[in-house]
Amino acid sequence: MADQQKKSLSPTQQQYQVLAGNLEPKRPLLKNIVMAFLFGGLICLIGEWVMLMYVEWFDFSEKAAADPTVATMIFLSVVLTGFGVYDKIAQVAGAGTAVPVTGFANSMASAALEYRSEGYVLGVGGNMFKVAGPVIVFGVVAAFLVAIVHTLLRMGGII
Amino acid sequence: MDGSVWMQFVWAFLVGGAICVIGQIMLDVFKMTPAHTMTSLVVAGAILGGFGWYDMLIEFAGAGASVPITSFGNALVHGALDEAKDKGLVGVITGIFQVTSAGISAAIIFSFLASLFFKPKG
Repeated sequence: MADQQKKSLSPTQQQYQVLAGNLEPKRPLLKNIVMAFLFGGLICLIGEWVMLMYVEWFDFSEKAAADPTVATMIFLSVVLTGFGVYDKIAQVAGAGTAVPVTGFANSMASAALEYRSEGYVLGVGGNMFKVAGPVIVFGVVAAFLVAIVHTLLRMGGII
Repeated sequence: MDGSVWMQFVWAFLVGGAICVIGQIMLDVFKMTPAHTMTSLVVAGAILGGFGWYDMLIEFAGAGASVPITSFGNALVHGALDEAKDKGLVGVITGIFQVTSAGISAAIIFSFLASLFFKPKG
């Protein structure tokens, strides 16, 4: 818990926070990092293979192959999410499955499945971006600021 | 397949794995939520993209750099910058989703279709 939040707690609550912090199971850091590395690397390796496949068999340039590669990876991720496989792997792989674009697709697909019982409009439509939304919002705002600064500097002849 | 293709796979694996390790450290050491980790990585990708550094990484590591979510931030910036070259400042707004359209559209469409065909597991 952040320090400024801690200050607003009563002494008893602070004691509880210390106690809960001590009792929280230690995360196996090294194992998590190794797993994230192996699974994340493996997903990127599959991505590289898919990309080369588009280059070799469909005559895409390497830059043009990026779009169908991402779409293919997302498709695979959604199918694996549908069968419940992706989330099983994610329990072991941690950030290894969350950081690649397949994790982004997994968060959308699993939200879509989970909220289906609330209907297609309010359930699926309304919750699909529950996890993926922040990524898009902050990505777009950051990209907007970076691009505005970059473009102004270019127009001003500075870069 | 010649040797250079194998090296491409090796670098994709190593660089992709390394970016995921950064994410895992943010989760475990800095106790960030998954959403905070992902947004931080995307913002980092956008900033690196602004300097043109992320493209150098993609050139070097291929899918090792283009598959992690950081590349999403980079792609947003490049869509905006490319369009801004032709159309001026308004291009920043109109171009932002130019490159990332494939990823976002695919994720929306496939996820929606999945909700038609699959039931939630576990």
